[in-house]
Amino acid sequence: MSKKLFFSGLAVTLSMALAAVLLVRPTQAKSEDAKASPTEVRVDNFTFGPDTLTVPVNSTVTWINKDDVPHVIASNDGVFKSKALDTDDKYSYTFSKAGTYPYYCSIHPKMVGKIVVQ
Amino acid sequence: MAKKNLFDPNPSGFIEHDHNNDGLDRRGFLKCMAWAGTGALCVMQGGVLKSFALPSQKGSEMKSHKMGGLSFVQISDSHMGFNKPANPDVIATLKAAVDKINGLPEQPEFLLHTGDISHLSKPEEFDNVDQILKATNKEIFFVPGEHDVLNDDGAMFRERYAKNSRGQGWYSFDKNGVHFVGLVNVMNLKAGGLGTLGHDQLEWLEDDVKHLKSSTPIVVFTHMPLWTVYPQWGWGTEDSAQALSYLKKFGSVTVLNGHIHQTMQKVEGNVTFHTAFSTAFPQPAPGKAEGPGPMKVPAEQLRSVLGITDVNYVQGQHALAVVDSSLV
Repeated sequence: MSKKLFFSGLAVTLSMALAAVLLVRPTQAKSEDAKASPTEVRVDNFTFGPDTLTVPVNSTVTWINKDDVPHVIASNDGVFKSKALDTDDKYSYTFSKAGTYPYYCSIHPKMVGKIVVQ
Repeated sequence: MAKKNLFDPNPSGFIEHDHNNDGLDRRGFLKCMAWAGTGALCVMQGGVLKSFALPSQKGSEMKSHKMGGLSFVQISDSHMGFNKPANPDVIATLKAAVDKINGLPEQPEFLLHTGDISHLSKPEEFDNVDQILKATNKEIFFVPGEHDVLNDDGAMFRERYAKNSRGQGWYSFDKNGVHFVGLVNVMNLKAGGLGTLGHDQLEWLEDDVKHLKSSTPIVVFTHMPLWTVYPQWGWGTEDSAQALSYLKKFGSVTVLNGHIHQTMQKVEGNVTFHTAFSTAFPQPAPGKAEGPGPMKVPAEQLRSVLGITDVNYVQGQHALAVVDSSLV
């Protein structure tokens, strides 16, 4: 094997290793987000978790549906409304004004929650 | 179970305390109701409760056509498009329901579908159901479930299934002297509340039944229960009392609904409430799980908790006979 070939082989190996690191990193970051995102509401077993979420102004809140049935996120006052969210679908809304925003699932209206924007 | 004689005054032995001398006692009635989900038939005749096991239906007792009556079948909650573990093949179970209907000894004149035809209001889901139900060769009357009106306030539902309806899809029609009313209670739901009929629909209902004779048997069919089954899970309708007040004068009112994916029956005065099986997946009994979502049962048991509802009206008799049968 010539030296040139060896070094180019090494370069390929190194760049693959680097790519692997780059690929792994976002995945790790993602799973940390899922654990403790302060702006995420999980829709699970016909409840919103947490049912009251407090966020700073200009936060984007994301709802994710973990149920086997669809849910619709709807503000009581018509400020925001999602399309039907199937399992694992997400909906995001950015709150640009302070206030309390009560919401519910418009097809399972016993499901209620609120976003407090400070 | 041995075949019961229809004219036996106490065929099931369920009448234990006949205080009013009317052949009916509450405990016996409830006991009879407990049968309903497992294939028994309870029928009131001239105020007397009769019950007999389902297989006897193959005999001659319930030939309502011959007696100038009417037979129809209710199906509900097909949830076409659902593919989660509680039932990965809702096409197969809907087809089994069609086979069950086609195998009934007395063929129904038409079908009622009490909503949640689709899981996500998608055109291809409605198409699939239409295709499968075609094999019954029957006229079908639909009311929407909340899954059928997801992103367009029910426009597609009405275009497909309720072209001549009023408002958000309600209507009525008459068959063999029985007045049928299809109501919509899955729209404009308010935060924290139950199903809703709304002012416009209530006004229409009052007007629709005002001129009918009190002897006219009434069948109301809708998606969510018109009695409060379990408010914690939203299983009821906010303004059902108002609707039922318009039906007080009638001697026989039968309310058929779906939504809760299990059979249940309740009698209140002149009104019999009945909730039907789903053809897709079961849901837990009220309060028996953390939430009302799809319930997974062992695969071999699935078809025993799905089914159809066969309804027979015999002219001159007080109430309609409502019979649930599972797919197996």
